[in-house]
Formats: sequence, structure tokens, C-alpha cells
Amino acid sequence: MSNDPTLSRRGLLMKLGILFNGIVATAIAVPIVRFLFSSITRGRANSYLAWVPVGSVSKFPEGETRLATFRNPNVMPTDGKTVDTACWVRRVAGDQFQVFAVNCAHLGCPVRWFPQSGLFMCPCHGGAYYRDGSRASGPPERGLFEYPNKVQNGLVTIQAGELPTPGAPSAVLLGKKPPCA
Amino acid sequence: MRLISQIGEWFDRRLQLAAPIREVAEHPVPRNTASWWYIFGSGALTVFALQIVTGILLAMIYVPSGGEAWSSLQSLNHDVTLGWFVRALHGWGSNFMVAIVLIHMVQVFLFGAYKFPRELTWIIGVFLLLMTLGMAFSGQVLRFDQDAYWGLGIGASIASRVPIIGPAAVKLMLGGPIIAGATLSRFFALHVFVIPGLLIGFVCLHLLMVLKLGINEWPMPGRLVKKTTYETEYHELTKKDGAPFVPYAVWKDMFFAAFILLAVAACAVYFGPFGPTGRPDPTIIQTSPKPDYFFLWLYALLSLLPPSMETPALLIGPVVAIMVLVLLPFLSGEGEKSWRRRPIAVLTILLLAISLGTLTHLSGYTPWSPHMNAWSGDPVPGRFIRGTTALQRRGALVFQGKQCRNCHSLGEAGGQRGPALDSVATRLTQDQLIRQVIQGGGNMPAYAKNLSPAETTALVAFLETLHPRSQAPARDASRDAAIAETPETRGPAQP
Repeated sequence: MSNDPTLSRRGLLMKLGILFNGIVATAIAVPIVRFLFSSITRGRANSYLAWVPVGSVSKFPEGETRLATFRNPNVMPTDGKTVDTACWVRRVAGDQFQVFAVNCAHLGCPVRWFPQSGLFMCPCHGGAYYRDGSRASGPPERGLFEYPNKVQNGLVTIQAGELPTPGAPSAVLLGKKPPCA
Repeated sequence: MRLISQIGEWFDRRLQLAAPIREVAEHPVPRNTASWWYIFGSGALTVFALQIVTGILLAMIYVPSGGEAWSSLQSLNHDVTLGWFVRALHGWGSNFMVAIVLIHMVQVFLFGAYKFPRELTWIIGVFLLLMTLGMAFSGQVLRFDQDAYWGLGIGASIASRVPIIGPAAVKLMLGGPIIAGATLSRFFALHVFVIPGLLIGFVCLHLLMVLKLGINEWPMPGRLVKKTTYETEYHELTKKDGAPFVPYAVWKDMFFAAFILLAVAACAVYFGPFGPTGRPDPTIIQTSPKPDYFFLWLYALLSLLPPSMETPALLIGPVVAIMVLVLLPFLSGEGEKSWRRRPIAVLTILLLAISLGTLTHLSGYTPWSPHMNAWSGDPVPGRFIRGTTALQRRGALVFQGKQCRNCHSLGEAGGQRGPALDSVATRLTQDQLIRQVIQGGGNMPAYAKNLSPAETTALVAFLETLHPRSQAPARDASRDAAIAETPETRGPAQP
């Protein structure tokens, strides 16, 4: 195009105008795109992977499974009650615990524990799990999501800042950043 | 009067809109399209306008904050004068809009209106349907209650299954690692700005094309669409047998618009607003979340698909469905328009309607879900206990106490997840019953770890009594023979 002898002054100015706008648009687009995708890349230093307490060890009788609640370590002012989450705590023996997300491994509905039959049952699509969280029947393709736990100063603590989903059940479990960050 | 016309002229001199508006109003349409079959497009537009107006009104009170959305809906329902009515109008308007858009689409499909030269009108219509469904889903999220909260969890679980980008898509959708205030805010932006903006733009394009290309003529069996001749034929038709849209056809649209608004208002007054159900508090897990009406079929489908097929169906199904809809005008852009000569088209619509209807109907009583309270709420009916031995009664207790009832019904009461057990003894022998209880199988969990041998014996003894009086329980003939041959090993007595 630059060899075109008919290129007029106006034509050149218009092309320069387009170029100028393109540069400015790109410069503005970069921070906008970063803003838009900040929930994926956010450098909150994985604050939501902090260990949070679900209750003292003595609250959980050995061999039983109890409902406990915890507060997400990553709270925003407009979150309301949504940062308080439930989980099922199973004290296997002594300091050995299993902490399950309430979210069914099928589509995330809250499962309920039935001590009489030793099953977790999901009200949505009928998924069922054994007491150790392994799949018993129904549509789930795997067992319940388990939060990493440890006992600190007589408190059961878990790493649970992220909603567990079938596609990302282990981002927290492995103590790694999500695979796509 | 003269003053009014003078003011009108003053404006038109500057706006110059009167002539194009008159042209649009009086453009000729084929006479037989002034039919009650051609009213659904304008009906959808009417409800959309209602949604915009009621949506703006609701936004004056509603607070899109995770902490306050639910209470702002409560005050709309109970404190603000007629707040409940505006909410109900918006909620019912949403249901009506999805329904009318679907009916419009079926009509357009059966009348062959997607064929040349209206392919793009159809494709934009497909996008309009997707956006309408997007509005329906995001609207349910804004009703930030328990159903909305767990519905988002279901959305996240589905999105997370997309290979590679799934986990990132979930965080993008939720605006963070969990469902929280940021999630509601971004769905508010989608529901109030992004999707309506796109909808308005695409509706304008859709309408523009209807005007430019002309309304689809009434399809006559045997009158085939050919790309080379169609446009000339259509022009001749409107010239020979045309009538101005206003007033020849428009009165039916106006009647239907008024009727639809009246129907929405009647539903709003009679049934009231939708929810909100319980507070969006994830520590309350005693909840059975259900989607809104138009996603119930999906809820049913997700329970009934075999687990291994689910992820492929969820991820590939929508893509294929949208591809088919978009490609339809290219695959059959010419030829027969009349549904009388398109049996496959009619059968496809019937099949889809029956499938969606059946799935929606099933989701009304969710046979796949355990009845969480059946074990404590529905006792074993007395007639199953009458005349039983102590062991069998003990078995009935085990049956009740171990929550078998949550999945198995007896005497019409109880869960339907598993088969009804009223006559299980006619289907399974004693050995088979023991095996099924201990090892599970099919869709049943194994109970070996939850039943002592004594409990299993009692339970099976009870199950063996479950057969109609006129029908003997199933027996293993070879076992009888084996027992007969070795008299020293006596099996348990058969009733």
C-alpha cells in the first residue's frame, strides 16, 4: 500500500488515525482484560487456602460423623452468610479425622449423613456415599470431596477455601495452585 | 387540533421519521399471513417489553449484595406497596417469555420460515432463544435464596467438567473461589446489562430482517422454495394478494399482546411472586434445591443419565444442539415448506415435546431422590406385620431403622429410588436377598458393614414375607434338592 502513488494526505491521516486508536485501545484493553479475569489469576496469595478451625477435637466423638461449620478465610464485605460453610467431620480414631465437603460429587447439592444406615444421601439426584466418603451408588462418579485436615492445639483445622467441583476436586487437596492460574 | 398537527410537523421536519414509519406500517404482507399462527413473535416482544419495565422497577428496590439481596426481596414482598405484584409480574413474565419464544420457534420451524432467504433471521432467533434462557437462569440467581445458591453450585459443577479450562471457568463464573457476594454481583451485571443489551440489539436485527425480507408466506404443499426464483415469486404474491400490515394483520397481534399481558397479570395476582425460599446460608443443608420450571427437564435428565454418559452429554449435547439449530437453514434451505409434506420435521417436534414433557413431569415427583424422612415418617403398614414371627418383626424394625424406606416403598409409601418391595419375595430367593443386602449392586449400596449377621438374618426373614397371598415366594429348586440329599445339614425352615 505504501507504494501506491494515489495515496492521498487524507488517506494517510485516516490510516494513522486507525493505527493510533488501535494502540490506545490495546493499552486500555490490557488492564480491562486483567480486571475481567482477576478472579482466576487474582494474587490474593491464595489466602483462601489458609487453615481454618471447624471445632475442638472433643466436640467430635470417636467413630461418629458430625456436621460442623467454618468461615471461609477469604471474606468480602458483601458476602453475607455465604462465607459460612458446612462440612461433615468424621473422627475415625484419636487425632485421625476425615472432613468431607457437604457438596455432592455429582452436582454439588448438600448431602446429609444418616448414622443409622451409615450413608450420606443427596436429595437432588440420589447420590449415596459410605461413611468413609467412598461412592456407594447413584450418579456421582467418585467419592465425596475431602478437605485436608490436621489437629492444631486441640482444634480440628481444614484447608477449605475453595468450592470443590468434579473438575477441580484436588486443587486444595494437593496444596497446589489451581492448574490454570 | 391544528396546534397538535403543527407541533407534529415541527418535529417531523427535524426528525423525518413519519415517512419511514408509515412505510413500515403499510408494507404489504401476503393476505393469508394475517393469521392467528403469526402472532407469537410480537407476543414475545410484548412480554420482553414488560420484562424491561418491571425489571427497571425492581432494580429501584433490589440490592445486588450477597448480604442484602434476600432481605431486599423480602421487603419487596412485604413492605413496599405492590412490590409483590411487580415481582410476580416479572417472574411470571419470565415463564411466559420462555414459553412464547419456544412456541414461536416451533411455528417458524413447522412453517419452513427458516428457509431461503430468511436463514439469518432464524440464526439470530436461535441466539435470542439462548439469551432468553440465559436471562431465565441469571434471573433465578438474582432471587438469591437457597435454590439460587445451590443452583449456582450445580452450574459450577457442570462448568468444572469442561476439559482443561473447567476450573478457571468456575472461578470466572463465581468471581472467586466460592459462591459469594462477587458471584451475585456479576450475575446482576449479566442479567441487567449484558444480556438485555444483546437481546435488544438482536431483537432489532431480527425485526429489521422480517421487514426487509417480508413475513414468511403461508406455506402451500407443493410450492417449493428455489433460491433462483423465490424472491420474484414472493414479490408477485405480495403485489397480487397482499394487504397493508396495518391494519389488515396488526389487529390480531394487538389482541394477542393484550391477552398475554392480561394472562401474566392474572397469574401474578393469583399465584403471587416466586419465593424467595430460604436464606442463602450454606450452613443450612436441610434443603432440596430445584431449578425453575424451564430447567426442570435438565434436572431430570441429569438424574437419569448413566454416570459415564453424563459429562459427555453435558458438554457435547448443548454444542451439538446449537450447531444443529444454526446449521438447519443451510441443510434444508430450499424445497418444501409446508409441514403437511415434512413428516420428519413434525415427528422431531413431537419427539422433543414428549421427551421434554415427560422429563418435566418426572421432575415433579423425583422418583430418583431418596425420601429423606420416609424412615421416620412412613411406618411399615400394619398388614405387612400381621401374623409374622418375632424374627420377622425384628426384621421389619431393621428395615425401618436402617432407612431402607428412604429408597424402597412399601404399600405405596416411601422412596422410589429403588424398586417397591411389596412383592420382593416373588422376585428374589433367600440367597439372592442376602447377597443383595450384603453386597448391594445395581444402584444399591452394600450394607455388609452396617448390619450385624443377626440383623441381616432378621431383615431377610422379613423380606421373605413380602409376597401376595396368592403367589408363592421365589425358591431355589437346586437348593431344595441339595438339602434333601444331605439330611444332616438342615437349612432354615421355609415358610
